[in-house]
Amino acid sequence: MLATTTSAGVVVLVSAVFLACAVEMVEALTIVLAVGHTRGWRSALQGAAVAIVALSALVAAFGPALVHVPISALRLVVGGVLLIFGMQWLRKAVLRSSGLKAKHDEDEIYRSKVAELQALDASVNLDRVAFVVAFKGVFLEGLEVVIIVLTLGTSAHRVGLAALAAAAACVLVGGAGVIVARQLSKVPENAMKMSVGVLLVTYGTFWTGEGLKIRWPGADVMLVFFVVLYALVTWLLVTVIRRRHPLVAQEVTS
Amino acid sequence: MSEERPPLVLRLVKGFAMFWWDFLVGDTPELFVAVVVAIGVVALVSVVGHLNLLAVFALPSLSIGALAFSLWRASNAARRK
Repeated sequence: MLATTTSAGVVVLVSAVFLACAVEMVEALTIVLAVGHTRGWRSALQGAAVAIVALSALVAAFGPALVHVPISALRLVVGGVLLIFGMQWLRKAVLRSSGLKAKHDEDEIYRSKVAELQALDASVNLDRVAFVVAFKGVFLEGLEVVIIVLTLGTSAHRVGLAALAAAAACVLVGGAGVIVARQLSKVPENAMKMSVGVLLVTYGTFWTGEGLKIRWPGADVMLVFFVVLYALVTWLLVTVIRRRHPLVAQEVTS
Repeated sequence: MSEERPPLVLRLVKGFAMFWWDFLVGDTPELFVAVVVAIGVVALVSVVGHLNLLAVFALPSLSIGALAFSLWRASNAARRK
């Protein structure tokens, strides 16, 4: 029983971190590729590398510090943050899925970033611009991943595993991007975002409850129940919104 | 004459506060308020009232209610447009 509950927790943790990191990596990669193709690879890769070092430093600095916070208080705060954050992701994914919000178009983002960089005055220091754009792209997208790794990892006492799942997603998406040598517009980003939303709300509910002294029936197995529950609710919400806006839904499905 | 910039510490604190504001509240303040209210309600039920079973049902129900309310608002806004 203990092994089952532990592995359920591990599977949900690894899936949440891996998918969240993969989604953010696709967005960061689009920016780095746009910079590299228009302004040269040296500055683009330097900017991306410095951003990764800065993000790693954040994890190294805050990870060990968070371990010393009393677990009950930590889980309540982390649970609350994950609930809000997860519902924001889920809300966006549901609106995109039902057609009320435009889908994240990596091709369009790539084109507009390239146009923006090409339009820059030749007198400006182009290497510096390329470095800063690549740095900001990777750092800002990566910051959300750092928060997810730290909050999920420390509350589950598995920061190492969370960091490993994040690194695996970065390597996999980065490798795929290098191999196809273009932005990954074919990645089903909204479906991945929806899955991450479900997993974050799942953990948010679970840990907020633990922080508030709730004794969950079945302990960690409740995580699996919450995944199924929130996935069903999400499907229901998409269906209801599509029915409320039949014309928009028709455009999405055609 | 150029305007004096605020000290670095002040700018860092402001930037840090702005980041968390955007991160937690952003354009969905209703979700932030709903989660704070849900935590308060469940704390009363679980910690003060010791009603574990009610708390088990209350927390996910309030979360689902908050998400549905936020989407209902977005859906209405889209209809008006």
